[in-house]
Amino acid sequence: MKRILTRLLAPLLLLGWLPAQAMITGELIMVRSDRAFPDAMRILQGAIKKQGYTLSNIQPVDEALAKSGYTTDNYRIVFFGKTEQMKLLTRTHPELIPYLPLKIAIYAEAGETLLVTSDPAVFMDLYPDRQLHKVFMQWHEDLISIMKNLQNPD
Amino acid sequence: MTKLAMFYLYIKPAVFLILLFSSLSCLADKGKVLYTEKCAICHGHEGSGGVGIPLGLEAFLEQTPDEYLRRTIRVGRPGRIMPPFYRLSDHDIDAIIGYIRSWKKTTVPQWDATPVKADARIGKQLFDKHCITCHGESGYGGKGTGKTFSRPRDLPITPPSLNNQGFLNSASDQMLKNIIIQGRKETPMPAASQFNLTDDDVDNLVSYIRSFQQTMVTGEQILSESSVLVYKSPYTFNETIENIKRAVIAKDYILIRDQALDHGFVPVKDESKTHTMVYFCNYDIIYNALAIDPRVGMFLPCRITVVEQNGEVQAMSINPKRLSQLFNNDELDVACDRMHDTYSSILKEATR
Ligand code: HEC
Ligand code: HEC
Repeated sequence: MKRILTRLLAPLLLLGWLPAQAMITGELIMVRSDRAFPDAMRILQGAIKKQGYTLSNIQPVDEALAKSGYTTDNYRIVFFGKTEQMKLLTRTHPELIPYLPLKIAIYAEAGETLLVTSDPAVFMDLYPDRQLHKVFMQWHEDLISIMKNLQNPD
Repeated sequence: MTKLAMFYLYIKPAVFLILLFSSLSCLADKGKVLYTEKCAICHGHEGSGGVGIPLGLEAFLEQTPDEYLRRTIRVGRPGRIMPPFYRLSDHDIDAIIGYIRSWKKTTVPQWDATPVKADARIGKQLFDKHCITCHGESGYGGKGTGKTFSRPRDLPITPPSLNNQGFLNSASDQMLKNIIIQGRKETPMPAASQFNLTDDDVDNLVSYIRSFQQTMVTGEQILSESSVLVYKSPYTFNETIENIKRAVIAKDYILIRDQALDHGFVPVKDESKTHTMVYFCNYDIIYNALAIDPRVGMFLPCRITVVEQNGEVQAMSINPKRLSQLFNNDELDVACDRMHDTYSSILKEATR
């Protein structure tokens, strides 16, 4: 199964990266997990750490809304990044700052959990810098690996 | 029997069958993988529904021919969340359709291609009387998204857009006619008999819906907005932060907190003194944005970052207009335009 996935994914990845100047709508990375929210949240945090990132914050959007009288199912935003890389990038490319740290929105839908993040590929057209493209490419791959953990948790 | 005859009689067909079955099951497998990767997030596992409407209902599968599914996947629904899948091969699309068909034992309909010729003006009157409450003015579609369970709502399933070019370029007249006559079981879509509509009435309705069709412009859309809003500040770092906070409050937003960009990454005593994030929000706006499309939460809460570098102070934020282009959702575009104006005016105000 995993082999099929990587085989399918490899050409997709390549395709995704070819048209650097023409970014396409729908550049979101999304996954539906059949795990219930608490379980999915635990797997997500584990996957982020396993991929070598530091979890910096979890924003409880649902709790904040509930305090203002709005009912909503579980909804969190998980922030993460690599400390040294963040330090370097904020110095060399301050324009990236509004998008740092990286984040994934995770929310419940009935007994399942959805995860969404924007594909760092959307930055490609903005920055001609090849060095930076390598960073985006790495994020792109890491985010996909992290999300895959929730599709196939075993 | 000679060995050769045996080969032709038994072994070759057996090998052929094995190959055929393995390639068929491989196709089904591929369809499942592709569906899980590209569609399940919105339409749910086995088409149970989500941000997208349910695809696994018998009534749906019995009304929609493969060609409708094929075109829908290719062109999507511009401005109604459902993305176009330009990059899937015909083979991939067929694999996805094969997988969708495998959920239920239904016959695949074959509607004939005869166009319906009737009176669109009468159709409009009927539409405004019976359909507009759900499908909206000129068939624009219901507000909100497909079928989500995360927040309370009026209808369990959002009525799809009927004037959407992706829909009109996928659906045949005979298919429309059948849907209007039968309604769609297990969804809010009623059958024509509930409105006492005659066959002629249905034809007039089909003509009215068809009258929205235009030639569809397809092709990949190029994102045009810049990704960030950046303003240079004539004030000191701390003054700029205070200005932002004042402007945020003046705009009726609630300040959540301000913290260093590297908060959570380094010990508090080592946190950056030159990169500060000011978080703010308005719960009314957040709640409404989540109702339009639950995925936008990833750009919440609102945030402006103040940065001091080489003696220069800048205030910056994401550009909501650029991000709205990721979601293919007209309703959201309106909200994001408003958000863009809010960000710009706070940034302007604080750095003036
Ligand atoms: C009570 C709300 C309601 C009313 C009234 C209603 N519809 Fe619907 N309609 C729906 C919903 C919900 C769906 C989507 C069903 C599903 O999940 O597949 C739908 C689906 C359809 C579809 C198929 C569209 C697609 O993308 O699959 C057509 C065509 C349609 N309706 C036409 C009509 C017409 C014409 C009328 C008036 C005679 C009408 N509807 C009245 C709620 C309604
Ligand atoms: C980002 C969310 C999203 C994704 C991903 C998505 N869809 Fe949709 N889809 C929708 C929405 C929303 C609608 C209803 C549009 C409307 O309201 O007019 C829809 C409508 C449809 C319809 C028309 C249904 C009807 O009643 O006629 C089909 C068929 C469909 N999608 C198939 C797919 C397939 C197959 C995939 C994967 C290749 C897919 N979609 C991926 C959100 C999505």
